Amino acid sequence: MKSNTEKKSALRPAKSIKYLFKKPLTFRFPFETRDAAPRYRGFHLNDWEKCTGCGNCADICPTQAITMVEIKDLPVETGKKAERPQIDYGRCCYCGLCVDICPPGALRLSRDYLHIDHGTESFVYLPKDEKLDKEHFVTKDKYSIFQANLGHRRANYEGFVSELDFALFEPERTPMDIEPSEVRINSFIEEVKGYTAEKAKEESERCLECKLCEDICPAHMKISDYINYIYEDKLENSVKEIYTDNPLPGVCGRVCTHKCETVCSLGKRGEPVAIRWLKRYAVDNVDVKHIEDIVRVFASSKKQHHIAIVGSGPSGLSAAYYLSLMGYKITIYEAKPMAGGIMRYGIPKYRLPHEALDKDIKIIQDMGVEIKTNTTVGKDISFEEIKNTADAVFIGTGFMKGRSTRIPGIDSEGCYQALPLLEKISSGEDFWLGKEIVVIGGGNVAFDISRSLARVQKKKYGEVKITLTCLEKRDEMLADEEEIIEGQEEGITVKPGRGPKEVLFDNNHKVKGLRTVKCVKIFDEEGKFNPTYDESDVEDYSGEMIVEAIGQAPDYSYLGEEIMKKLEIVRGKIITDEYGRTPLPWLFAGGDIVHGPDVIHAIADGHRAAQAIDTYLMNEK
Amino acid sequence: MITRELELYHGPQHLGMVGNFSITLSVEGDTIVEAKANPGYLHRGFEKLMEYRSWTQNLTLPCRINVVEPDSMEMIYMMGVESLARIEVPERAQYIRTIVLELSRLASHLFGAWAYANMLGFDTVAQWAMAYRDFVLDLFEELTGGRVYHIYMCPGGVRRDLPDGFEEKVMNFIKTLADHVPDFDAALFENKLFYKRAKGIGQISRQEAIELGATGQVLRATGMAYDIRKVEPYAAYDKVKFEVPTREDGDAYSRLWVIHDEMIQSAHIIMQCIENLPKGKVYERTPNPFKWKIPKGETYVRIESSRGELGAYVVSNGGKNPYRIFFRTPSFTHGIPILEKLLKGANISDVGNIMISLYVVPPEIDR
Repeated sequence: MKSNTEKKSALRPAKSIKYLFKKPLTFRFPFETRDAAPRYRGFHLNDWEKCTGCGNCADICPTQAITMVEIKDLPVETGKKAERPQIDYGRCCYCGLCVDICPPGALRLSRDYLHIDHGTESFVYLPKDEKLDKEHFVTKDKYSIFQANLGHRRANYEGFVSELDFALFEPERTPMDIEPSEVRINSFIEEVKGYTAEKAKEESERCLECKLCEDICPAHMKISDYINYIYEDKLENSVKEIYTDNPLPGVCGRVCTHKCETVCSLGKRGEPVAIRWLKRYAVDNVDVKHIEDIVRVFASSKKQHHIAIVGSGPSGLSAAYYLSLMGYKITIYEAKPMAGGIMRYGIPKYRLPHEALDKDIKIIQDMGVEIKTNTTVGKDISFEEIKNTADAVFIGTGFMKGRSTRIPGIDSEGCYQALPLLEKISSGEDFWLGKEIVVIGGGNVAFDISRSLARVQKKKYGEVKITLTCLEKRDEMLADEEEIIEGQEEGITVKPGRGPKEVLFDNNHKVKGLRTVKCVKIFDEEGKFNPTYDESDVEDYSGEMIVEAIGQAPDYSYLGEEIMKKLEIVRGKIITDEYGRTPLPWLFAGGDIVHGPDVIHAIADGHRAAQAIDTYLMNEK
Repeated sequence: MITRELELYHGPQHLGMVGNFSITLSVEGDTIVEAKANPGYLHRGFEKLMEYRSWTQNLTLPCRINVVEPDSMEMIYMMGVESLARIEVPERAQYIRTIVLELSRLASHLFGAWAYANMLGFDTVAQWAMAYRDFVLDLFEELTGGRVYHIYMCPGGVRRDLPDGFEEKVMNFIKTLADHVPDFDAALFENKLFYKRAKGIGQISRQEAIELGATGQVLRATGMAYDIRKVEPYAAYDKVKFEVPTREDGDAYSRLWVIHDEMIQSAHIIMQCIENLPKGKVYERTPNPFKWKIPKGETYVRIESSRGELGAYVVSNGGKNPYRIFFRTPSFTHGIPILEKLLKGANISDVGNIMISLYVVPPEIDR
């Protein structure tokens, strides 16, 4: 170290005179300017196409500078809110937390930082970007510093942008244990193992609580609340939240079409929160007695009215549950030996084990619902009789009749419909099984039957020989992506984009395969189902068994002609209002027969119809 | 009895005062009989504000407590959170943090040199110091996107990796600054006028400095080589070599020389960090900001800021927000007990000289 006693001079500073002749380090603003750094945190930019209006930016903002404002003329898109962030630059501290939390990466900061205006109200600004706002964003040569303003900005001047590695949310899902295909093909044991407590907590932590999922869910379940309770290890509260909108969570936690996950804001750039599996975790880990204690708090005093429900599928059970909580006396008429409808007889056990379904149904039955099984309405009991004994009737009979391709030879021996086969597999009945099978159809039912048959084939013959063919191209197929992938893993050959032409027979008039032609287009110009084929491109698939799984249709014969005349039926669906009211004041409908096949829609229909029935009966007094 | 004392308000509107601070002086002639520090003009209640914001939202707040050197404030908050939540910071992030902290120390010392030179009337040196500080701000702009408030560190690391070519830019800056050091020395540190004006001003003995809780260059100017970077290494300070510069006299002149030498050490630290910068992640993801709760507990963490020991006492009661955060800022001890002590008996014309040589930043006192 130098000491303090060295020589000092008053003349040495004269050395600095040389700086008089050097180029200054400053520049003459505004005639000379410099660009801000590429990562500069200036004014906001927002890509309105990507923005979902989720409001996470407003929630994270430490200075409460961001408000979500409703935009009236914004085109309504599913899974998006008609809101966009508005920034008050009197409060903004340019920290960029809003950028790092933005799930779709729509919100960015630009390198602009100059705003000259005489009015303070101009500090409140609705950010857009050059894609949408061509008027206010100008190119570099047209930009003038003298007009610098939030309304005069440079185009393509992005600064601090979102990077997924540094995002404040976790874009990747907690992995779920799934049985490998070699193991699961051997049995009907549930393939998705479910989350452990630790993993469920980890997954529930990802939810940003933006509630886009709640808007899209047909039942409007309080998803972010029940996920938050899972995160806080309060499973009882979570189950309570779930049961306010959904009395079949064990089913929904496994086979729901999860529209919530499709719109989840985390799914925009990463993987959505595993909402379905979290629900399953909550419900699976609280026992029946506890759930019953929890849901009984919703029960009100007993009432005199009696309500009849036809069909014990999801809509019927849902309506029955809510009506019985309201105090009504409920009777469900079910044709099959056990309750559950399509959930029991249509969904294979490896997706929905019967124990889960039985647990849900037991809770509903314990609420005082009477289920009369083996009672086919129209055969064992007439609809008229039901109507006379009940004050109101809810029908939720579903789509239980298979549609046919009506190609030549399809009505011969060796050709089957998917649903009756699924029912046989589900109830353990014996049936004739082909060594080679062709399945027609590309939806979830087609995969359900293919994968179920694959398991039976594996057990009986030791190998899987199934070809699945459908009109849709691979990326248009209606089945869930995981169904297609898992089906292929299990040995099913998928042939998309093929239209069935005719059934092929061998010399003994036995089915030997299916002839298909290439499908060019499925829908015509008017958007109607009218496939066009390229007849020159022919492929034959061999199979001694052919299964049709191209969709289901309702069967209303039990209603009788008189009632049918009074109902409005369009393409097989009964037209009702949103509460399931039909033109007949005492008759309510819901589920597949109103909205088409979808479990959660059916549950929501049942809930809303219960409310409508309650209103109807209260007013009738 | 004739009263010979006069009460005089020095600041907050006073040319010899930096920042929003004031001292109430009792003077007898030109000699100060008693001085009373009078802070509170800048009270923005940051510690209280932080109790109402989540752990993640709070990373934008502590930097505002010290405008001159925001990064050490950020660092101390992150260290507190990381110690309570038991977060491991990746090694590369530790090195980057060290670079940022040392750049920040350089910027802060240059700012201090500006303030002191400006106050004494060495305007040329003051302008130089300000110009070089601006180069550091350019580097910060490049790295963090902000010039003054960087909001760059976050629990678990830093918010972005180094941009392409950043290391080179830092090296270029250090080279430019090093080339300029002889001119700085000639114009200020070896200037006889500076010696005359600073020598013996605000002198404090080692014993008094320790008793009054002095840290940083105030303590090191009395000959005590006490530096938290050595005593309790944090970030990557245990992996770099540097010296702790000291002086013996404990006066303003010694303190300025300590700052001068420290800047040279900072440059060495930065160069070593850039040379040995490890590869890998710079950010370990922390839980969802809307749900993040930190386990119940309390911690005291401390670092060596450009002014002395900067500490944070962070208490969590297991909630989404901190229960209490207290910052132990060096300006508080330097700006209140030590300043009051040193002003007693000093000449009225030396008030600014003493205060600025103690390197007091008033926002650190009013938190």
